[in-house]
Amino acid sequence: MSKKASEINEQITWQEMTTGCEIYEGGTSRLTMTGEWRSKVPVWDPAKCKQCLLCTPFCPDSSIPVTDGKRADFDLDHCKGCGICYTVCPFKAIEWKEVH
Amino acid sequence: MSIRDRLSGNEAIATAMRQINPDVFAMFPITPSTEIPQYFAQYVADGKVDTEFICVESEHSSLSACIGAEAAGCRAVTATSSAGLAYMNEVLFVAASCRLPIVLAVSCRALTGPININHDYSDSMAERDSGFIQIYAENNQEAYDNYLQAHRIAETADVRLPVMICEDGFITSHALENIELEEDDAVKAFVGEYNPENYLLKSENPLAVGPYGTSPYYMEARVAQAEAMKNAKRAILDVAADFEKTFGRKYGFFEAYKMEDAETAIVLMGSSAGTAKAAVDELREQGKKVGLVKIRVFRPFPGEELAEVLKNCKAVAVLDKSEGFSAMGGPLFAETASACINLDSRPKMVDIVYGLGGRDFTVKHAKRVFDRLDRIVETGETGPIYSHMGQRDQREEVQ
Repeated sequence: MSKKASEINEQITWQEMTTGCEIYEGGTSRLTMTGEWRSKVPVWDPAKCKQCLLCTPFCPDSSIPVTDGKRADFDLDHCKGCGICYTVCPFKAIEWKEVH
Repeated sequence: MSIRDRLSGNEAIATAMRQINPDVFAMFPITPSTEIPQYFAQYVADGKVDTEFICVESEHSSLSACIGAEAAGCRAVTATSSAGLAYMNEVLFVAASCRLPIVLAVSCRALTGPININHDYSDSMAERDSGFIQIYAENNQEAYDNYLQAHRIAETADVRLPVMICEDGFITSHALENIELEEDDAVKAFVGEYNPENYLLKSENPLAVGPYGTSPYYMEARVAQAEAMKNAKRAILDVAADFEKTFGRKYGFFEAYKMEDAETAIVLMGSSAGTAKAAVDELREQGKKVGLVKIRVFRPFPGEELAEVLKNCKAVAVLDKSEGFSAMGGPLFAETASACINLDSRPKMVDIVYGLGGRDFTVKHAKRVFDRLDRIVETGETGPIYSHMGQRDQREEVQ
């Protein structure tokens, strides 16, 4: 009965669905790339970035990975293209580009 | 050993709840709530139950609290009526689609407008598509017995759907009648413990309830829910059979009263059945082959079984105690007509909307319906398929 979330996909039949669409494990958002919704994408310019890290707390989707006090390039799996990072960056180190 | 008592329908349902001792009762404490939580509050104060009794700010919240509690692994109940049920509308669908076996007692009353607090099925019929199982009672005994069966039906593994236990507002909810109650221990043994397989408080088994289901998943989820409602038919009969074995009172999808050789019949629900049975008895004494079907289970609708009972009738009148505003009849008529549509020979069928907002329904009314059915049989003419009865009207009554 305890079907894995990874076994629930767009190929399974209704008989294979869990009762009430219950999910029997945590952290399952990693299995679903919601980043494909966006129509614009932020592009990071490391040369202009001063590592002030203002962009990280503003990102609603944990799309800016930080290690040892420094941000790295965007993790776009869950980026919805809201543009907050681009808006708050004081150094114009984030460009706001159309997705093609 | 049954206990003879005299109780209102509300107190009978509250008594059933006390005997079952649910884990959570979430309720909105003022009108249009019923007396059920009022009685239950006394049981809580007297230490007769150890239920978590939560007073919330609205009916939307009371059912929402039940959803959370049931998902957490509790047996959760609530009660409401009329505008309170309408205010639950959104979350009724959530409870059903999350497949949470909550039991909701409804004292069925009119919806505004004009503003009215009396009985009809405007409230419960407006929620007939919510995914709740709906079971209706003729009197306080049936309200009590239906409630005792509700949790087991709801919690059946291949059903897992919430249940509405419906009684007629004021007529059943407030009128005192003789009743046979069962012993507390016997009720507890019959209803049993609630042991869900998965629940939020089960620490070794993380669980997410009510996820987002985009178009690649929604259809499958709905089909699964529809199948669960079909499964409920078997569960309702299984629980009724065990109920009869345990307590001796027999229940099915409906009560077929003097239908064996009936040529004309009335199909209706709830307390009006008692009145209509008196008319059937009088007409039977005159040698007329008349009968009555009282629908107990409206969701799932027992279409095949009803068609089987009605197939040999020449004419049938469905009595609807909610309007529906379809301009071609109420919801009970729509279901009954659908149930009979593929019969090789089917009765002529008319719908009569009656009793709205507490308008009286008497033996005389029921006899007038049978008179009309006689004329339909004699002439072969149905006349207007959809009409109203009991209103002041400048037009002549449809005969």
